[in-house]
Amino acid sequence: MMDRRSQEPAGAPEDPAITMSEAVNQALDLAMAEDPEVFVIGEDIEDPIGGVMKGTKGLSTRYGRERVRNTPISEQAIVGAAIGASLAGMRPVAEVMLMDFFAVAMDQVANHAAKLRYMSGGRTNVPITIRTSVGGGRQFGAQHSQSLEAWMMHTPGLKVVVPSTPRDAKGLLYSCIFDDDPCIFMETMSLLFIRGPVPAGRFELPLGVADVKRAGEDATVVTWGWQVPEALAAAEVLSAEGISVEVLDLRTLVPLDKEAILASAAKTGRVVVVHAATQFAGPGAEIASMVSHDLFGRLSAPVERLGAVYSPVPYASGLEARHYPERTRIAECIRALVGHS
Amino acid sequence: MTSDGGTPPSRPSTSGLSDDAALRIFRTMCTIRSAEDRIVLGLNSGEFRMTYYGVRGQEVIPAAVCEHLRRDDYMVTTYRGMHDCIAKGIPLDELVAEMCGKVTGTSKGKGGPMHLSDPQSGLMVTTGVVGGGLPIAVGLALSSKLRGTDQVTVVNFGDGATSIGATHEACNLAALWEVPVIFVCQHNQYGEHTRFADFTRTRSLADRFRGYGMEARTVDGNSVPAMDEAAGEAIGRARDGGGPTFLECMTYRLGGHTFGSTTEYMDADEYSRAEADEPVARYRRWLIGDRGIGEGVLHEIEDDVAARVEEAVAAAKAAAPPGADELFTDVFSSQGDLPG
Repeated sequence: MMDRRSQEPAGAPEDPAITMSEAVNQALDLAMAEDPEVFVIGEDIEDPIGGVMKGTKGLSTRYGRERVRNTPISEQAIVGAAIGASLAGMRPVAEVMLMDFFAVAMDQVANHAAKLRYMSGGRTNVPITIRTSVGGGRQFGAQHSQSLEAWMMHTPGLKVVVPSTPRDAKGLLYSCIFDDDPCIFMETMSLLFIRGPVPAGRFELPLGVADVKRAGEDATVVTWGWQVPEALAAAEVLSAEGISVEVLDLRTLVPLDKEAILASAAKTGRVVVVHAATQFAGPGAEIASMVSHDLFGRLSAPVERLGAVYSPVPYASGLEARHYPERTRIAECIRALVGHS
Repeated sequence: MTSDGGTPPSRPSTSGLSDDAALRIFRTMCTIRSAEDRIVLGLNSGEFRMTYYGVRGQEVIPAAVCEHLRRDDYMVTTYRGMHDCIAKGIPLDELVAEMCGKVTGTSKGKGGPMHLSDPQSGLMVTTGVVGGGLPIAVGLALSSKLRGTDQVTVVNFGDGATSIGATHEACNLAALWEVPVIFVCQHNQYGEHTRFADFTRTRSLADRFRGYGMEARTVDGNSVPAMDEAAGEAIGRARDGGGPTFLECMTYRLGGHTFGSTTEYMDADEYSRAEADEPVARYRRWLIGDRGIGEGVLHEIEDDVAARVEEAVAAAKAAAPPGADELFTDVFSSQGDLPG
């Protein structure tokens, strides 16, 4: 991972502040301008809608409706068509409107996209990117709010990318599009319209490299996506209490930056893994197991996990707030970790 | 056979087939039959092991279709697809080796009989999931449309696949986008262990799929002249930018769902009739009787393909299985991306 880490360009304070949605749009625009083999398919992605989250706004006007293709409400056909075109050497970007709808397309995702390279002994490959919006915290109910990264991670052959900032979204999406393997690119709805500095022009971030969003000494929060700002808010509160928290944003779950996780865990000795995916059998279990095993005897406290509770996502706001981890519970967890000795 | 199980209307015995094309089709059909017979022999005797979904009785369809395809045209098929793979041109040695799980196989022994593919031959995917190949075929065809090439895509599937959602999503999208794909439904009367009449009230699949707004027709899939004409028309239309076609190719599965599985749910009289009129012998009679091809010419082809199949089997048996290092290759483009 070291060679990749050194590839990361530094951000500059003068970079223009744009939303994650606009950053996604820039990455798509760049890729389409650069390579005629890149095209986009999905529901309602043409102008004037430009995608329900506006990720493809303006692209059909710029590149035409051949390369920015509206589809019927047919997730299996969307993903399958992307796979087919990629087998012919193209680089399709499919949009699955909401991550919950992966359930409809999962045969194409898990049985085909993920496995075709292996099943063909490397004779074929599937260089597709599937962009999808991830709900949660917005009272969209049980079928429009799920973070299903564990499902993707559990399927060998898929790369799983979850940016938490506009800058990361632009650089990582660009890399996904030109990656030779199928990439699942998760766009967290609650972060899509928050502004942040993003380098203009061509900008690429390597997959598989975590980012320390805040450095600290006493405990590490390993997290990604919409829990990153929650962890940062918790760290800010704890800082006033004299507790120094490191927030490690994994950014990509496959490939996994094991080196960065272990380095931070070894430094602080206290780790909590936080995610919006269901805690039971979630990504946190894998990471906690890895840290506990590799740093056995060198930790100051057992590794903690904070994920969504074991229930479908409830509608009522009070219940939904208790469903997902948030800054208060993260802070409580870290206080307990630090108090552990 | 027609969709209601009756006798097809008689067809004129002349056709647009040249003698060369007619004999190429015969060679392909004999190679398929010979490979199947040899695999069944080996499985029965315990000479080798594999999961095998027989294609006996369905030889005409891909042999006739592929006469109209180029090497750079794409094909997608399903686990009952060895005939399609042979017809599209996967080298026999690599095909048999893959089925035996050997490193010399198309996928280094990592795919197996249900996942044969060889992009060099244009055989892009063999899927083990019923209906899973159709959306992918639409994407392959879309690539030709976007690039402005005249390549076409053929996707093979059984009547069983017409009940699953992916098929309908794919057909609707193909018609909407007018992509150059031919949906070749090999209507062999059974979806796994269930008769066609027991899983749908539809009598004509062509009628049903015509509803998506594309050309659709029913054709005698056991008649070479009929299949040749229908495939030629559909492929020509797709190549000329005329969009997709659904071909309901009537045939009969002369065997159980998989090697070793029962046929007790199949009507015995119907089965006997189909076996008595099985398509390789039927075509052989036609070549001799209607085309005046000498039996010696056919014998020569039959002996030659049998020898080639035997060589492929011998080579597969002698080949090594994939080494342990192959476990982790081809998951990703780089092994460095594997987690954990």
